[in-house]
Amino acid sequence: MSDHAHALETSTGLDSRKLAIWTFIGSECMFFATLISNYLVNKGKSLVGPFAHEAWTDPTTGNVMEPIIEIPLVTVGTALLLFSSLFVVLALYGAQKGNRKMLLVWLGATLLCGIFFVGMQVYEFTHFAHKGLTLQRNMFGASFFVLTGFHGTHVTIGVIWLATMFVLAVRRKLPPERSLNLEMAALYWHFVDVVWIVIFPVVYLIR
Amino acid sequence: MTAHAPAPEHAHDHPTPGTYAKIGLVLFVLTALEVGLYEFTFGKSAGTLGHQIEPFFIPLLLLLSAVKFALVAMFYMHLKNDSKMFSGVFVFPLIIATIVIFALVALQAYHWAFARPG
Repeated sequence: MSDHAHALETSTGLDSRKLAIWTFIGSECMFFATLISNYLVNKGKSLVGPFAHEAWTDPTTGNVMEPIIEIPLVTVGTALLLFSSLFVVLALYGAQKGNRKMLLVWLGATLLCGIFFVGMQVYEFTHFAHKGLTLQRNMFGASFFVLTGFHGTHVTIGVIWLATMFVLAVRRKLPPERSLNLEMAALYWHFVDVVWIVIFPVVYLIR
Repeated sequence: MTAHAPAPEHAHDHPTPGTYAKIGLVLFVLTALEVGLYEFTFGKSAGTLGHQIEPFFIPLLLLLSAVKFALVAMFYMHLKNDSKMFSGVFVFPLIIATIVIFALVALQAYHWAFARPG
């Protein structure tokens, strides 16, 4: 019996797996709401620098700590994540239409964007640590690393999930009737993208 | 499966690759607008006009962000064409999440403005 036939047997008429991933995404909204709230309520409460957008002079040593946020780098990461959302939806279109070349090309492009985004975040975290911002340094560091760190973890999980889909596609185990498997991974990936759509202005642009 | 069986939910009319590309372009332009707005208001190229639009900076940014969020959810996540059940399962917690964020920020603002000792 095909996956579709299973989907029609549910009381809702909807595929239970798809309903489950949407329910999971709904719960994830609540999860990220707590982290974003945590960042916002602690915004501007740091007693020592470095700060996001303002320079800070250490009163004991006289050392000046420059603003930590680098907009150009994060803008590139944001663009990559947005494009990856476009690429994965094109890959899903290819999977549903049985167009294997379209599936592989766009899924590969999605993976590359995801890997670059994670790489950007690793670079950013390392760079911040070298500039003196750590999880323990101040309220900004604590709330920033927790929020963006959890998002980065979600991106990493998404990359691993999409990589398994890519391997299945290469092995010709992702035919159109099983495209729901990719659709679930794509929905998760889009969710990671929409969370970043909120985090980017809240953390990096709003002063 | 009979000939009268309803179509599976993901067989609904989904957008074409052309539509996806157009949405992608709009998302890119909106992101460029966000960053441009930041540069215009606080960046090195900020002038007197940038100073004048500063009070509208956060509402404009949130509006752009909300439009991007809605576009991805409606077109890339297919909520526009999929079952309304999925929209409900996503939007209901999203509304609660938004209320939680605004409530906690308001509570903290009240605490700092009125209730903090000293």
